[in-house]
Amino acid sequence: MSLPPNIALTAPELIIGLSALLLLVTAVFRGDRSLAAVSWSSVVVLLGAGPAMLGQPERAFAYGGLFAADRFAQFLKVTIYASAAVSIILAVPALRRTAQGRFEYPILILLSVLGMSLMASAADLLTLYIGLELQSLALYVLAAFQRSDTRSSEAGLKYFLLGALSSGIMLFGISLVYGFAGTTQFAAVHTALGGHALALGALVGLVFTMVGLAFKVSAVPFHMWTPDVYEGAPTPVVAFFAAVPKVAAMGLFTRLLLEAFGGAQDRWQAIVAFMSVGSMFLGAVGAIGQTSFKRLMAYSSINNVGFALIGLAVGGAAGAASVLFYMAIYVVMTIGAFLAILDLRDPDGRQIEDIASLAGLNARHPGLAAALAFIMFSLAGIPPLLGFFPKLAVFRAAMDAGLYPLAILGVVASVVGAYYYLRIVKTMYFDEPRTAFGPRLSTVNGALLLASTAALSPLGWLALSPLFAAAQVAAGTLFPR
Amino acid sequence: MLTIMILLPIAAAFGVLLAGGRAGGAGAKLARYVALGVTLVELALGVALWVGFDSANPGFQYRERLPLFDPWFAWSLGIDGIALVLIALTVFLMPLCILASWESIHKRVPEYMAAFLLMESLMIGVFAATDLFLFYIFFEGGLIPMYLIIGIWGGARRIYASYKFFLFTLLGSVLMLLAMLWMARAAGTTDIPTLLTHDFPSGVQTWLWLAFFASFAVKMPMWPVHTWLPDAHVEAPTAGSVILAGVLLKMGGYGFIRFSLPMFPEASVDLVWIVWALSMVAVVYTSLVALVQADMKKLIAYSSVAHMAFVTAGLFAFNRQGLEGAMIQMLSHGLVSGALFLCVGVVYDRMHTREIARYGGLAETMPRYALFFFLFTLGSVGLPGTSGFVGEFLSLSGAFQASSWLVLLMTTGLITGAAYMLYLYRRVIFGAVTNPDAATMPDLSAREYAVLAPLGLAVLYMGIHPNPIIDPIRAPVGRVLARLEAAGPPRERIERARAAAVRQAEAALTPVAEARAETNR
Repeated sequence: MSLPPNIALTAPELIIGLSALLLLVTAVFRGDRSLAAVSWSSVVVLLGAGPAMLGQPERAFAYGGLFAADRFAQFLKVTIYASAAVSIILAVPALRRTAQGRFEYPILILLSVLGMSLMASAADLLTLYIGLELQSLALYVLAAFQRSDTRSSEAGLKYFLLGALSSGIMLFGISLVYGFAGTTQFAAVHTALGGHALALGALVGLVFTMVGLAFKVSAVPFHMWTPDVYEGAPTPVVAFFAAVPKVAAMGLFTRLLLEAFGGAQDRWQAIVAFMSVGSMFLGAVGAIGQTSFKRLMAYSSINNVGFALIGLAVGGAAGAASVLFYMAIYVVMTIGAFLAILDLRDPDGRQIEDIASLAGLNARHPGLAAALAFIMFSLAGIPPLLGFFPKLAVFRAAMDAGLYPLAILGVVASVVGAYYYLRIVKTMYFDEPRTAFGPRLSTVNGALLLASTAALSPLGWLALSPLFAAAQVAAGTLFPR
Repeated sequence: MLTIMILLPIAAAFGVLLAGGRAGGAGAKLARYVALGVTLVELALGVALWVGFDSANPGFQYRERLPLFDPWFAWSLGIDGIALVLIALTVFLMPLCILASWESIHKRVPEYMAAFLLMESLMIGVFAATDLFLFYIFFEGGLIPMYLIIGIWGGARRIYASYKFFLFTLLGSVLMLLAMLWMARAAGTTDIPTLLTHDFPSGVQTWLWLAFFASFAVKMPMWPVHTWLPDAHVEAPTAGSVILAGVLLKMGGYGFIRFSLPMFPEASVDLVWIVWALSMVAVVYTSLVALVQADMKKLIAYSSVAHMAFVTAGLFAFNRQGLEGAMIQMLSHGLVSGALFLCVGVVYDRMHTREIARYGGLAETMPRYALFFFLFTLGSVGLPGTSGFVGEFLSLSGAFQASSWLVLLMTTGLITGAAYMLYLYRRVIFGAVTNPDAATMPDLSAREYAVLAPLGLAVLYMGIHPNPIIDPIRAPVGRVLARLEAAGPPRERIERARAAAVRQAEAALTPVAEARAETNR
């Protein structure tokens, strides 16, 4: 059986899109009782979409160059699908308990994953936009998912307004780029603009497009929405927000700048470097005063995006590989942190979100505290935990490219950032217990937490070589010879 | 062999954590015995390591290499004589630490023992790693258990001290990480034995040296980045202080002799004035500070800074006496200051205060304790016959050949050192018993004998017959010296640098002098 190439190359997207619609129709008939069934089917869909990419060529285009199926996209998609599947699983007990057992949750995640999948494969400014909007719209709804909670509605509204603004700016940038390049395809833009100095209009278009993407990855100075949205949105949704869309957006950012504007690296390098330094320091300093775990994780994600942007500022295959490597490990750490937090309830069963409430967790739930401490040290980038290596990767890329000031600022920011991760460990281990904790609820989540902790421990070193090799192969396809 | 030595305590740590959490009170007992057993096995392995070691071979022995983690680093281990003696120090101190915390630690015993076992693995790893990044991983990894040890089982200001310890050392180390990345690219390898013979361009050496210096100077610690040490020492539990003073500080000295001197010989010689100046300040300043301390642990902590300054002076004398003396001084300091902290711990367990003024007249109530304390005080002062003498004398005589001014100032540290140690001893041990609590304190228990006696014997043995300890380090020290000589005889370079500095200073001052002459006229 041989499928037409357009179908074969977009098989994962087709699977996800069709299943999302099918599940929606089925679930509408069964109502909220179907949450568990829909969730687990969505997980199956996501896990099935990955293998659908098997047998794809190293680099191919579908739909007349709108859609790229290459190793770069595959690397991103595998990361996205796997982490989205985990995000669905970890949400089930929380959704069920808050009487918000709405079946739409997994379906919205599927739709946003479809958008991210398109982002990962975008080879054209229009695909980029459609993918971005599809994922954003699903995310806006997810942010406001807890309808009865004003904070959640506020988060959704804020996210939507700012997101729409940034989309508009980006669309304007895209139109300028189109005007000066005469095309919207990345490769053609590269040929049209490369080789000589960028015209002012094209430069403005490039900057505006970057603004839109910087908003999506929440890089300074377009980060302001992040803490507010994270604070208001339901915790399982934040777990998804903090991890998965960041991967897709960073991947898209990398592909856009290197494939379409690779010839103008001297123009955008300084901008990316500025965003990187700003994000690293603002993320590190801003997190220090936070009392809410979700806000802290918001600043932590800004901080981490700053580190990943170092790799992007370096550019080239080495820089792109370090970005991919960074994001893949970042996802494990972030989801792990939320797995631990989601398991924390006060005796009434309410979600614990205060950092202060973690006091003395070690006495009550030693295993949970140890896992969270592992993840925090890992996020701080302390060896021998796995979180050290993505930082090492971007610093190495920067040192090899001679961007010494960026690397030095990066390590200084990582020391500042270590402080607030340490604060969580301190609260759990050094402080006396103040609040009572409810019993742990989900064995599935517990198993996932154990798995991510094990992956972050030195056992995870075994994955370093293959993972980095995969990232290098993926980054290599951005630069066809 | 080295892999087993590193992995065994880690495995034991996990076992202790899992088993200890379940069993409650019995878990604590089990954890203590398992930890003691494992550290004794490590000691036995360390002895076997020493017996099988070929002192005549200047290269790395017991090499192991698994390129599992390309392109990041390799699981590459090996030791030369310098690493051997430091590993020996580690495995020697660890069982004593476990014994010392046998009764004084009540809460979360399994976790405590697990942290110490992890610490042992990481410390052995630091000295045994022959891959640049593997070294860094062990070097930094030690922060985590030490942070927890200070933070959970420490004193009143433990949280401040634990943060300070962590962030100070982390900030120093990350700069070293960048330097390592540069080296790995320039040399195309992360293998330390290969890097030891790689010649880095002299212009870059300065920067690399400074980056490494930032890390090791904090770890050592050198003035003015020593301030984390008194805090950490004072707040840490007794055994934590022993490990800090005994082994963690030695990582700084080890770093200098393993990386800075042989890898950046030109920069080491050119920038020697930094080290000398900081060492001189450290000796004079911290000795005076130690003199006025009211807290026993703080006094010993400041004395550590002064003693480590002898190490840096000896290392940067660039001759055989200096380097060997510095090594001996490191070992001796590891034993003596560790023992002094244990001595403080003995009375702290009885009285729960470290304030000197609360004690006095212990010679009457605890004569055996007074004897041990006296021996270690003399070791710290550097009296002939103790290990402290050998280290200080050798490193100072080495430094004297390099600069007599340096040694002139350093020797004042010997005098003030004797002053503050004997003053401490007089206040704690002699005099009248002023505090009724102190009068009822029992003398050393059998367990405390078992802790202090081996240390006392080791201090005396090293003082009387140091050759067996110098033998293994002779060959690797010779190799370091050869590297330094190959970069140009240090003496000449120093003379040249000084002459250039004088010329520059004169040139800079000429306009001033002329202007002054103008105004005078």
